[in-house]
Formats: sequence, structure tokens, C-alpha cells
Amino acid sequence: MSTPDVDVVVVGAGPAGSCAAIVAARAGLSVVLLERGPFPGSKNMYGGVVYPRILDGLIPNWWEEAPIQRWVTRRSTMLLTDTQALTVDFRSEAWGQPPYNGATAFRPDWDHWLASHAEAAGAQLLTDTTVVGLLRDAGGAVTGVRTDRPDGDLTARVVIACDGVNSFLAKEAGLYEHTDAKHFTLGVKETLALPKEVIDERFAVRERHGVDIEILGGTGKVNGGGFLYTGLDTLAVGVVLKLPKLAAQQQRPEQIIAGLKQHPAIAPLVQGAELKEYSAHLIPEAGLTMMPKMTMPGMLVAGDAAALCLAAGIWLEGVNFAMASGMYAAEAAVEAVQKGDTSATGLAGYQRRLSDTFVLKDHRKLRRAPELVLSDRVQHLYPTMVANVVERMFHVDNPNPKPGVRRILDQERRKAGVRRRDLLRDGWTGFRSFG
Amino acid sequence: MNDHIISFQERMDTAEFRVHHQAHIVVDGKVCADCSTRECVIACPANLFVPTSDGGIVFNYEQCFECGTCYIVCNREGAISWHYPEGGHGVVFRRT
Ligand SMILES: Cc1cc2nc3c(=O)[nH]c(=O)nc-3n(C[C@H](O)[C@H](O)[C@H](O)COP(=O)(O)OP(=O)(O)OC[C@H]3O[C@@H](n4cnc5c(N)ncnc54)[C@H](O)[C@@H]3O)c2cc1C
Ligand code: SF4
Ligand code: SF4
Repeated sequence: MSTPDVDVVVVGAGPAGSCAAIVAARAGLSVVLLERGPFPGSKNMYGGVVYPRILDGLIPNWWEEAPIQRWVTRRSTMLLTDTQALTVDFRSEAWGQPPYNGATAFRPDWDHWLASHAEAAGAQLLTDTTVVGLLRDAGGAVTGVRTDRPDGDLTARVVIACDGVNSFLAKEAGLYEHTDAKHFTLGVKETLALPKEVIDERFAVRERHGVDIEILGGTGKVNGGGFLYTGLDTLAVGVVLKLPKLAAQQQRPEQIIAGLKQHPAIAPLVQGAELKEYSAHLIPEAGLTMMPKMTMPGMLVAGDAAALCLAAGIWLEGVNFAMASGMYAAEAAVEAVQKGDTSATGLAGYQRRLSDTFVLKDHRKLRRAPELVLSDRVQHLYPTMVANVVERMFHVDNPNPKPGVRRILDQERRKAGVRRRDLLRDGWTGFRSFG
Repeated sequence: MNDHIISFQERMDTAEFRVHHQAHIVVDGKVCADCSTRECVIACPANLFVPTSDGGIVFNYEQCFECGTCYIVCNREGAISWHYPEGGHGVVFRRT
């Protein structure tokens, strides 16, 4: 075999790809980072909160330079019915100080910034370049990629596929068994402009502090959830929608956002804010259920391309999982290149790292959560039941005395058409997943 | 400004699209003519699948988010041929 053009080709300059490129380039390998957009991040959207602690080792004091909008110091979880809202609201001053916790950021800014670190480490970033297929040897091992540039073949010892949720590379290599619509949710989002002072006042925050609101209910007949995040002088409001359900009813994505924005608990927060950008992207929602094989001779798959995004209702974390898996893939690639063994065995360090860290540990722990959170009962029956229970607890119905909570609970459960058996089972599943 | 209802076209115009002359997604109208479920029409966030009065579908690739929803929800073999646009083209979300 002739000498490959480079040691490592990384496909996709999202969080997974840029972190992979940083690690591989710093280890002294020759690295090309390919991105189909005109700049890293140009194709990418998400809800809006990054949890960057995984960068501590890679970019010390990252918070001094990262392009963040606000530090999340207030996190709310909201349960909506058509006319009610139940909110659990938490704030912490600690989250507003180094090393922080979550931060709102725009992906075109964030991804661009991370890729600049890959370049600084010595990786060669090629934008405007779409990878259209894999190069493979007679034995099936991946030996490089084909791009849409003239003379666009690029050979490598290891290819790291960080090409996102649709990963045509993982599919081409046969690493996914099949693509099933029920494993995906569609995220649609509106970025709204609103002056900083108005946001500070409406959301009761100051300086660079911000708010993360996760919403259950509020997506009409479609199973899913909503979110509302504060940027510096923008709001991000959006919904994630289970694909088969979305396609099976009559409300379009932008209409579902409009419905959420009109909810009495949300409308006052977004009132008067002007649409700056509308965007959409898929989420690999099903976690372990859908994960492909991530290692094959000559290739590793990381980030959303490997369905490593954690989408479990009140958690929606993909960027940190992408950054970590990209780093681990590159560490394994470095080992393999140094040993001169890029077979599946030579690359086995990747799977080991994923298993030993939060990447797969969190997924295992929360393996039942995505299905539970998107189930019909949690989506369509429980919010009404819970909201009614709370409403009756706090409703003063004199001259009637206060009813007992147990009785209210039982009455509302029956009114909502929830069987006790199902409630107990879901409660147990939830407790085991989240507890 | 205050909560005025914007048209769908105004909504799509908030995102930037560097349109390539060649379509990256091609929809086979013959297959769609037999389709009664029409998942794409509801689910495409860019509303690019438009039913025609004669029972067909017109599709325009130009303002596409490249999200992949359509080929995943459509379960008719051969209806949609889907690729990413040529490098540097298609949707561009803005830096601040
Ligand atoms: C609506 C929504 C809300 C979300 N909210 C959050 C959140 O609040 N917090 C969070 O942490 N995560 C969130 N996520 C998940 C998160 O966005 C993803 O998990 C994360 O972006 C995955 O990173 P990645 O690098 O694996 O893939 P991506 O970010 O998708 O990057 C893939 C890159 O590869 C490029 N590419 C793809 N194919 C090719 C090709 N053939 N050739 C060249 N380049 C290619 C793409 O242009 C892109 O730059 C959300 C997702 C959505 C859709
Ligand atoms: S694209 Fe698929 S879902 Fe849409 S009309 Fe054609 S066959 Fe039906
Ligand atoms: S990729 Fe997404 S935006 Fe483009 S046509 Fe398909 S569903 Fe619509």
C-alpha cells in the first residue's frame, strides 16, 4: 500500500470533529479537518446550552475566551397544559463563576472558535468541502474519503467520522442496521431579538447570567418538548418533535412553536421579540437503542454520527458528548497510528474510553428515559393530571375544607384515564432512570 | 414588530441560503402521486413540499435546512433522492 496522504482525516468540523482534530494534531499527527459549510458552525444549530467542562484539559481556562452569550445560573423545568403551568425553578450563584456549569452560545460562534483551536494545533481545515463517500481497500478497511473537490480523494491511516446526525459515512460503512423515523426528533427554533435590559428584567437575571427553561407539554398533539433560553440580547424558543407523530397529524413545526409562544406562561416572556432567524435540525433521540457500531478497520465514528447525543427529556446534551467522543476517538487513533495498527483491534481504545466515561455511563443510566419522556402517557396524560392536582391543592374552595392530597391524586388520576398500575410502573422507570 | 404574524416566506428569509444551480434533493413526482400519507408536507420545517391540485407534489430545494427529515419520514422507496449540496452551498447560519 502506498503511503497515505495524512495520518488522520476528520470529517465534519462540529464539536466532535474539532475536538478530535485538536487531540490528534497536538499528538503530532498530520490531520485534515473537512467541513462542507463555508465556515465551521455554518450548518449547525441546536437549542442553546453547552456544558464545556470536558474542555478543561484541552483548553485551560476556556471560559476566558469561549464565545458564550450568558452563563446559565437559573434553570427551570416547566410542565404545561393548555391553561396551566407548573414550574420548578432553581438558581445558583456558583454557576455564574468559574469553572461555571452551562452557558448559552450560538453554534456558528462556538464551532468556529473550537475549529480555530484545531488549526492552532496544526490541523489543516478545509471548508466548502463535502465528503461524498469512503475509500476502502479490498478487505473493506477504510483508507480515506472522496470529496466533491476536483482530484478530491484523500487517503488517511484513520478516518474519524464526525459528520453529524445523518452520518452518511456510518451508513455507507454499514454501521447502522437501519434508519427508523421513531429514533429521531426534529428540532425547530426561533432566535428572537430583544434588548438585554428587557431580558434581564423579564427573566430576573443580571450581567452575563442567563436562564434555561425546559418545557414538557406545549407541543400540542405531537410528542416532544420545548425550550426557551436567553442569549445576551436574544431569546431562543423552540420545540423538538417526535418524527412519526409529527408526520401523522396536521400541525406544522412552525405552528407548534407559535402555539408554545402563545401559551399564557410563555407569551409574556417573548412578547415583542422579533424573529431574527428560523432554523431546523434533527436530533438522534433514541440513545443506546439506535447506536451504531462505532469502530471498524480504519474508521471511528463520534458525536451525533454515532447517536451519542443524550436526549432524555429534562436533559438535552449533545455538544459535550460530541466533544468528549471526538477527543476519545482521536486518542485511540493516535495510539493506533503510533502502534502501526489501525485495524479494529488497534482502534479498540475508543470503545474502552467511551465505556469508562460519562459518554456511555450516562447513556446506560438513562437508557429508558427517552422512551419514557416521549411516551403518550407522559406527554398527554400526566401533565394534566399533575397540574390539576397542584391546582386543587392551592385552590381555596371555602366554605369547603381542604381535601386530602391522596384523594385529589386518586381522583385526578382516574379523571385523566391513567391506570394505577401504569402510573406506578412509569414512576418506577423514572426513578430508576433519573434516581 | 409587536407580535405581528409574519408570512412563511418572511420566516424563511431570516436564514441565508447559498443556492447551488444543481438540486441536492430530487423528488420523484410519479412516486408521490400514489402517496396518500404525505408525511413530508407536514414535517418539512421549510415547507418545501407543496401538494398540487392534480394530486402531485412540487418540490423546490432552494431554501432547505438540509435536516434530513423528509427522507426519514417518507417511507416510499425511490420518492426522494437526497444528498448534501456541493461544499460551500446551501444553508448558512450566521455568526453573531
Ligand atoms: C434543536 C436542537 C437542540 C439541541 N440542544 C442542545 C443543547 O441545548 N445542548 C447540547 O449540548 N446539545 C444540544 N443539541 C444536540 C447537539 O446539537 C448535537 O448533539 C451536537 O451538535 C453534535 O455535534 P457533532 O459534532 O457530533 O455533530 P454536528 O454538530 O452536527 O457537526 C457535524 C459537522 O459535520 C459537517 N458535515 C456533515 N456531513 C459532512 C460531509 N459529508 N462532508 C463534510 N462535512 C460534513 C456538518 O456541516 C457539521 O459541521 C440540540 C440539537 C438540536 C437539533
Ligand atoms: S416525498 Fe414521500 S411522503 Fe412525500 S408525497 Fe412523496 S412519497 Fe409521499
Ligand atoms: S432536508 Fe429538511 S428542510 Fe430540506 S426538504 Fe427535507 S425536510 Fe425540508
